[in-house]
Amino acid sequence: MREDRSPILELQGITKSFGGVEALRGVDFALSPGEIHGLVGENGAGKSTLMKIIAGVHTEFSGRFLIDGQETHFRSARDAHSAGIAMVHQELSVAPDLTVAENVFLGNQPTNRLGLVQWRRMAREAGEQLARFGIDVDPMSRLGDLPIGLQQLIEIARVLFSGARIVILDEPTSALSPPEVERLFATLRRLRDEGTAIVFISHFIEDILRVSDTVTVFRNGRKVAETASAATSKGALIEAMIGRGGEALEHSYSDDLMLPRPSDSAVVLKVDQLSLARSLKDISFEARAGEVLGIYGFMGCGQQELSRILFGKLKSDGGTLAVDGKPKTFASTAAARRAGVALVPESRRDMLFHQEPVYKNISISILDRISALLLKPAQERDIAQRQVEQLQIRPPVVGLDLGMLSGGNQQKVALAKWLTYPPKLLVLCEPTRGMDVGAKNDVINIVRDLRTKGLAIIVLSTEPETVLSLADRILVLKRGALVREFKNEPVSKDRLLEAA
Amino acid sequence: MASSETALAAGQRARGLAPFLRSQMRNIAPFLTLIFLSGFFALASPSFATLDNLGNILTQVSVTGIIAVGLTFVILCAEIDLSIASIANVTGIAVAYFTLQESYVNIPNIPLPGAAAILLAILLCAFLGLVNALGLTMIGIPSFIMTLAMMQIAAGISALLVRGQIAYKVPGVITTLGSGSIGGIPWIVIVAAIMLLLGHLVLTYTRFGRYVYMVGGNREAAEYSGLNVKLILGAVMVISAVCSGIGGMLGVAHFGSAQQNEFDTYLLDSIAAVVVGGTSLFGGRGGIGNTIVGLFVLGVLNNGLDHVNIDSFLKILIRGLILLAALVINVYAQRLREKAVE
Repeated sequence: MREDRSPILELQGITKSFGGVEALRGVDFALSPGEIHGLVGENGAGKSTLMKIIAGVHTEFSGRFLIDGQETHFRSARDAHSAGIAMVHQELSVAPDLTVAENVFLGNQPTNRLGLVQWRRMAREAGEQLARFGIDVDPMSRLGDLPIGLQQLIEIARVLFSGARIVILDEPTSALSPPEVERLFATLRRLRDEGTAIVFISHFIEDILRVSDTVTVFRNGRKVAETASAATSKGALIEAMIGRGGEALEHSYSDDLMLPRPSDSAVVLKVDQLSLARSLKDISFEARAGEVLGIYGFMGCGQQELSRILFGKLKSDGGTLAVDGKPKTFASTAAARRAGVALVPESRRDMLFHQEPVYKNISISILDRISALLLKPAQERDIAQRQVEQLQIRPPVVGLDLGMLSGGNQQKVALAKWLTYPPKLLVLCEPTRGMDVGAKNDVINIVRDLRTKGLAIIVLSTEPETVLSLADRILVLKRGALVREFKNEPVSKDRLLEAA
Repeated sequence: MASSETALAAGQRARGLAPFLRSQMRNIAPFLTLIFLSGFFALASPSFATLDNLGNILTQVSVTGIIAVGLTFVILCAEIDLSIASIANVTGIAVAYFTLQESYVNIPNIPLPGAAAILLAILLCAFLGLVNALGLTMIGIPSFIMTLAMMQIAAGISALLVRGQIAYKVPGVITTLGSGSIGGIPWIVIVAAIMLLLGHLVLTYTRFGRYVYMVGGNREAAEYSGLNVKLILGAVMVISAVCSGIGGMLGVAHFGSAQQNEFDTYLLDSIAAVVVGGTSLFGGRGGIGNTIVGLFVLGVLNNGLDHVNIDSFLKILIRGLILLAALVINVYAQRLREKAVE
C-alpha cells in the first residue's frame, strides 16, 4: 500500500564536499509519507551530511531537491522547518536552564492576546504531550536537573510532536535505556501510521531492522543498497556497510562470556567510600595495572560524576582517592593529569578544539613534556603524525582543522591526546558511542593494546556491548551505588541488564 | 602518506579564493578599513600623509598600544578587563607619589629613590591584577563585574594618593622613556613597539601563548585536556594589569603630569584597538598583529579627523560608529569561520 504513495521528499544526484573531501557523491534518496526509513553506514559514510542537507543545515550542494514533487532550495534550517521538516541531532540540543515545558514549546510558546506566555496552559500541554510518550516529569522543573537520557527523550518528544511531516532522528537511542527505546519505537510506529515520514539513523542495526520499513546503506559517500527491512539481515547490512565479510566483527553478546581470573598486579587506583550529593553513595573499588575495569549502568546512574571526580573536574563530598598508594585530592584537572590520570569524556565536543588543527589537539595535553618555554611545532607534528598513523585517523593530515574530521575519527583524536606519554590510569566514558563497526573495532583494539602495556583502564558505559567487549572485570552502578561485581564468572548482556 | 597530504592540500586550494578570503575575514576587514581611512584622509588633507604626521600618529597610539598588549591576552581568553585605564592611572600616580615633587606641589607624598618608586608602582599594579585574578578564578566573579569593581578601587586609590592635586615629577628614566627621544624617534614609540613584539612572541612561540589560545578557543576542552585553566586566566589578568601599569607610568611622563581621571579615554580606546583589529570577543582567534592594525585604525581616525577640520563633537560619534562597524564584522567573521569548519 505504501509503495503507491508518491514520495514526499525526493533527492537526486546529491553531491557535497567539505574542503575538497567529498562527503556525498551523486546520492539519490526518496521518502514516502507513512514510512520509517532506516539509514546505516560507517562514520563518515555521509548519512548525517545527507540529513543535514534535508534539514537545511547544509545549504551548499549540487543535485536536485524536491518536496511534494516541486524543486526547492532551503536557505536555512528555518526554511526546512516551515516546510515541515524536523530533526533530532546526534548531539543533545536543549536549553538546560529553561523548564521542561519551555523546552517542549521552544520557539512557539502559547501566548495570550497581549503576547504574554500562558504558563499554566504551557505546563499542562507539555505534561500531556510527555505523558503520551510515557514520560512522567514535572513540566516546571529545570531541564538541566534531569538525567541526560530523560533530556534526550524530551528533545525527541518535542520534535515528534511538533507536527512535522518529515522527522529525522540521528542516533536517537544511544543514550536511552531499553524500556525507553521501546517507548520511542511505539511512538514512531504510531506517527508512521498517522502518515509521518520518519528517517531513523542508528548504529544499532537490530534497532533499525525492528523499527524501519526500508533500509538504505551508505558507504564512502555513496548509497550502496536500499532494501525492505524484512528482506535483509544484520549480516547482510554489515557486509554492505563495510564492504567485506563483517560477521566476525560484531558479537551479539547474548551468550555467556567468561571473564578472566582477577589480576593480582599492582593497584593503581583505590577509591574508598566516595560520595557526592545525590549522585554517588559510598563507592569503593580498585583498578589494577594491565586490567580493564568496566563500569556499567543506565544513563544517570552516576558514571559521569564518578569519572569527573577521578579526573579532578568535580570534587566529591566524602571519601578518598589513592593513586599508586598515595592519597590524592585533585584541586584541578591539571593536578590529576600530573598524577597520571587521563579522561576521555563521552562528549567529544568537551575535549576537542574544533577550530584548531589536528596536531594541536593531539599535543595540547603533552606540551609540557615537549617544551619548557618555546613551542616546538615540528616535533608536535611528528608526534601527531605518529598517532594519526597508529590509530589510522582519516584523513591522515595533521594540519587539517579538527572540525573537518568525522565523528569516529574525532574520537580517535580524543584518545590520541593521551597516548604519546601513556598515563597510569585511563578513564574512558562511552569510548565507542555513536561509532560504526569498523571504528568501534579499532578503538577496542587500541584499548586492548594499552592494557598489555600495563595501563589501568576504566571503561564507563551505558551500552552493555561496550563494557562486554572490553572489560576484564565489571562493576554495575545503579542509582549511585555499586550493586554487583562480575569477575571470573560468565557474564552476558542479559545478566548485566538484570543487575542494573 | 606524503602523497595524500599533497592531494588534500591541493583539494583545499581547489576550494578557491572566495572561501579562503571568507575564513580570513577577521584579518582582512580591519586592514581594508585602515587602507581606506588612510587613503581618505590623504586625499582630504595635504598635511595628513607626511612623515611628520606619521610620527605623530605613532606617538599618539603608543600608550594605548602598551595597554592593549595585555588586554589582547585577556580578550583572547574570552574575558574582559575594564580596570585597565584605572590601573594605568593609579600606577602613574603611584610612581609620582614616591618621587620628590617641587615644593609648590601640596601632596603629602613619600619620596624614594627612582628605582624603588618604579618597583613599588609595578608591584602595585601587579597586586591589583592579582586581585582581579583571584576574584575571577577563585571566587568565580565574572571578569566584567570583577574588573568593574577594580576600576572603582583603583580610581579610589588614585584619589587618596593625589587628593585632587597634580604631581609633575617622575623618576628620570621614566621621564626619558615617556617624553624623550633617540635619533628623532620618541622612546615611548620604541617601548610600545618592543612590548607589542614581546607580546606577539609570547603568544605565538611559547607554550603559555598556545595555552591562552586554547583556553579561549574552548575552555571546557582545555580543562579536559588537563590544563590549569584558572592559572592561565589568572596570569592573563596580571599581565593585563602590569601592561596597564607600564602604560600609565610612561603616560604620566608623556603628559607631564599625574592626576585623577587622566586615563579615562584609554579604556575605550584600548578595547576598541583590540576588537577593531579583529581579535575575537569569543576568544581563541586574533593576536597582537590584529591589535597593531586596530591601533593604527584608531590612530589614523583620531589624527585624521583633526586634519580635516571636523566638528570635535561629531568626532566622538564617528568613533562610536566605527567601533560598532568593527563589532559587527567581528561577530560576523566568527560565524563565517564556524560555518567553514562546522
